[in-house]
Amino acid sequence: MSRLIQALMVTAALAMAGQAGAQQKDTPAYGGTLSAIVHPEPPILSPLLNTATPIVLVATKINDGLVDYASDGTIVPKLAESWDFSKDGLTLAFKLRKGVTWHDGEPFTAADVKFSIEEGLLKYSSTGKRIFKTLAKVETPDDYTVVLTLSQPTPVIYRNLNSQALWLLPKHLYEGTDIRSNAWNAKPIGTGPFRFTEYVRGSHIALDRNPNYWEAGKPYLDRIVFKVIPDAAGRAAAFETGAVQFGQQHPITFADAERLKKTGKFVVDTRGYEFSPTWFWLEPNHKNHYLQHLKVRQAIAHAIDRGLLLKTVWGGYGKPAISPIPSALKPFHLSEGLQQYPFDPKKAEQLLDEAGFPRKADGFRFKLTHDFIPYGDDYRRTGEFVRQALRRVGIDVTLGSQDLTTWLKSVFTDYNFDLISSWGGSGADPQMGIETRFWSKARQPGTAWTVVSEYKNDELDAALEDAQTQVDPQKRVEDYNTLQRIVQRDLPLIPLFEVDWFSVYDSRLRGLTDTPNQRADNFAGVYFASE
Amino acid sequence: MLPYLTRRLLLAVPLILGIIAFNFFLLQLAPGDLADVLASEQGGAAADAGYVAELRKAFGLDLPVLTQLGVYLKNVLTLDFGFSHRYGVPVATLITERLGGTLLLALTSLVLAVVIGTALGLLASRRPGGIVDSLVSVLSTIAYSAPLFWVGLMLVVLFGVHLQWLPTGGFQEVTQVPLRGLVLWGDRLRHLVLPATTLALFFVAIYARMTRASMIEAMSQDYIRTARAKGLSEGRIALRHGFRNALLPLVTMVGLQAGSLLGGSVVVETVFAWPGMGRLAFEAVSNRDLNLLLSIMLLSSFVVVAVNLTVDLLYAWLDPRIAVSA
Repeated sequence: MSRLIQALMVTAALAMAGQAGAQQKDTPAYGGTLSAIVHPEPPILSPLLNTATPIVLVATKINDGLVDYASDGTIVPKLAESWDFSKDGLTLAFKLRKGVTWHDGEPFTAADVKFSIEEGLLKYSSTGKRIFKTLAKVETPDDYTVVLTLSQPTPVIYRNLNSQALWLLPKHLYEGTDIRSNAWNAKPIGTGPFRFTEYVRGSHIALDRNPNYWEAGKPYLDRIVFKVIPDAAGRAAAFETGAVQFGQQHPITFADAERLKKTGKFVVDTRGYEFSPTWFWLEPNHKNHYLQHLKVRQAIAHAIDRGLLLKTVWGGYGKPAISPIPSALKPFHLSEGLQQYPFDPKKAEQLLDEAGFPRKADGFRFKLTHDFIPYGDDYRRTGEFVRQALRRVGIDVTLGSQDLTTWLKSVFTDYNFDLISSWGGSGADPQMGIETRFWSKARQPGTAWTVVSEYKNDELDAALEDAQTQVDPQKRVEDYNTLQRIVQRDLPLIPLFEVDWFSVYDSRLRGLTDTPNQRADNFAGVYFASE
Repeated sequence: MLPYLTRRLLLAVPLILGIIAFNFFLLQLAPGDLADVLASEQGGAAADAGYVAELRKAFGLDLPVLTQLGVYLKNVLTLDFGFSHRYGVPVATLITERLGGTLLLALTSLVLAVVIGTALGLLASRRPGGIVDSLVSVLSTIAYSAPLFWVGLMLVVLFGVHLQWLPTGGFQEVTQVPLRGLVLWGDRLRHLVLPATTLALFFVAIYARMTRASMIEAMSQDYIRTARAKGLSEGRIALRHGFRNALLPLVTMVGLQAGSLLGGSVVVETVFAWPGMGRLAFEAVSNRDLNLLLSIMLLSSFVVVAVNLTVDLLYAWLDPRIAVSA
């Protein structure tokens, strides 16, 4: 194993230590139906075509990946029994498990992997295209060996080999068809612990235990039913009546979570999101006459009481951001030595005066619009909080409220905004979700979630580009340190806070938060503890 | 009668084509398209060069607007309603899957509303200003003015969470399968009670008020006095002579309600997690799933045309003075 991967794993292991293991252990019991919430409704069940959270949540129970990640972040075998990654980071060889079959009985072989990567990921998966950008060839010396050869090392690849990112397709059902409109995308045939049974759109998706699962003795549950419950109050009621036992990523409101927690029948758990750290930011349009001034951006950063925002709007589930890389993303997160902008309205006013925008007769200095991401009430209230905070220091803010598609179009295609707020996932590696927010070459009109601020910094670009192929893990970390220093100094966007996602589940359930990426876990180890 | 029917049906064709075209252009005004939505769902990872453009090409969204409309119309004429690129299945499949749930909920609430509403209205009209009348008035005012989602939630809290008599959402028990025969129907009925009641309440109020008003008016007419003079029983007078004449405005209102059936109620379907057409349409709008939305609208316009026609024919039957002619 190369030094690079070892280093990556060790650092990941350190990061995750202490986060797992708190869950109590009972003897696993067989049987039972897990009734879970999936929201919003997944349109299809193929993460190859769409990596939206609900799709990943359901699909990863049906299909295993080559590898998975243990609670300490190390790579563990799934369909690949063992692997050999070359020292130069250019060759990744996987030995596949023998005797694994697809749910329709066909054997799983190296040909499926090769087909999935070449015909699927590289053609239709936007994530796949980015991760496997430097993939030169896929070879299958025999039915159970897959060798990936890269033209350039891509460290990001090692955190993206599980079923979420490298989704495997049964070649015999996809070959010669249009992969994008293949009917199996809505009723996947996989190799995982649960078999797709039915999808009643608007109601539920049912999966049944796969009796031929390769891992002997697993899974424990007989059945998983994912229920589509669009209304937050309806989801809380479903928990209370026992109609559902599990929901992830803020399934109910903060108030309801507190209430359910007090009954003792439910656990509200923030673990299981270590591989998907999420942060919330304000992004100013640098074309705006006012926002292009550093002092104005600094003033905005000083004007917002992040702690109060978290407490009043986000139920305390989160912590103020001190860097554009979330703290869960160790070893990349830099906790010290970065310029900070503590809550200080006086300082904010002073900075705005210095920038040359004194208060006018009406008490305001200038006007801005703020278009928050229309994901729901929490986001609207965050917008309202920001509006209040900025009005206090003399910036007259108008809140924009659109539907999501309108917002996407006006922000990412038309660049028609002053200030937006949104959350984003950093991914398990900053190259996935952080880079696109700052790398000027990532800017693409019409592509959601790319940088839209018009900010460009050559030093920053160089660091990000170096990180893409940097094999020395320490130097790669240094690249991202550079990013954090520049961002906190120049404030191309203003990090507000880190989101602590929580799951709610029945206190009899075990094995739900054992992995750092709960949504992509296959649930083979989940069971109801006997009381 | 027959020429009238034929003429009405023929007139419906350009009307429906017009509705499709109008809807199509209306949707073009909404910013963003399906490719934007799909790309955004991928999170930060979607930032691959040309990905959105590729999607647009694959969905035919890069074609000129008129060509897209032409393609859609041509497909519809051959009964091909197109493919929903968001759901990865043909639009016809999506709609037929939801049709049953929508019809069950909508028809149940329609029947409930008509039966309860007119019954209350009749009761109230017997003694205007009496205790029963006042009670019905108060109840219908509340039912009329309370927001649907609030009523729905209150019913959920009371009957679902506190009393645990009825399920809080969904259209059938899906964790214990398979249910069959009577058990299955019993289960569906239990799931139907709260959403159908919620959806019906608003119309119960309207029908009660309308029936009351038209009954009071009808009962003051000369022909009622004539009927009394003939010595007919009060019940017979009220139902055969009064109610039949009071029915006309009611039929118009039922027609209006029935016309909106297929569109469903987004609110009730959302609160009760009911898999109906309303939510499907709502999602189609917010995801800019053009093929799907156009087809739902097409189907709805069919229903509206059919209901209007039925109402017109009913008029003639109820009141022979209204002539139906070509």
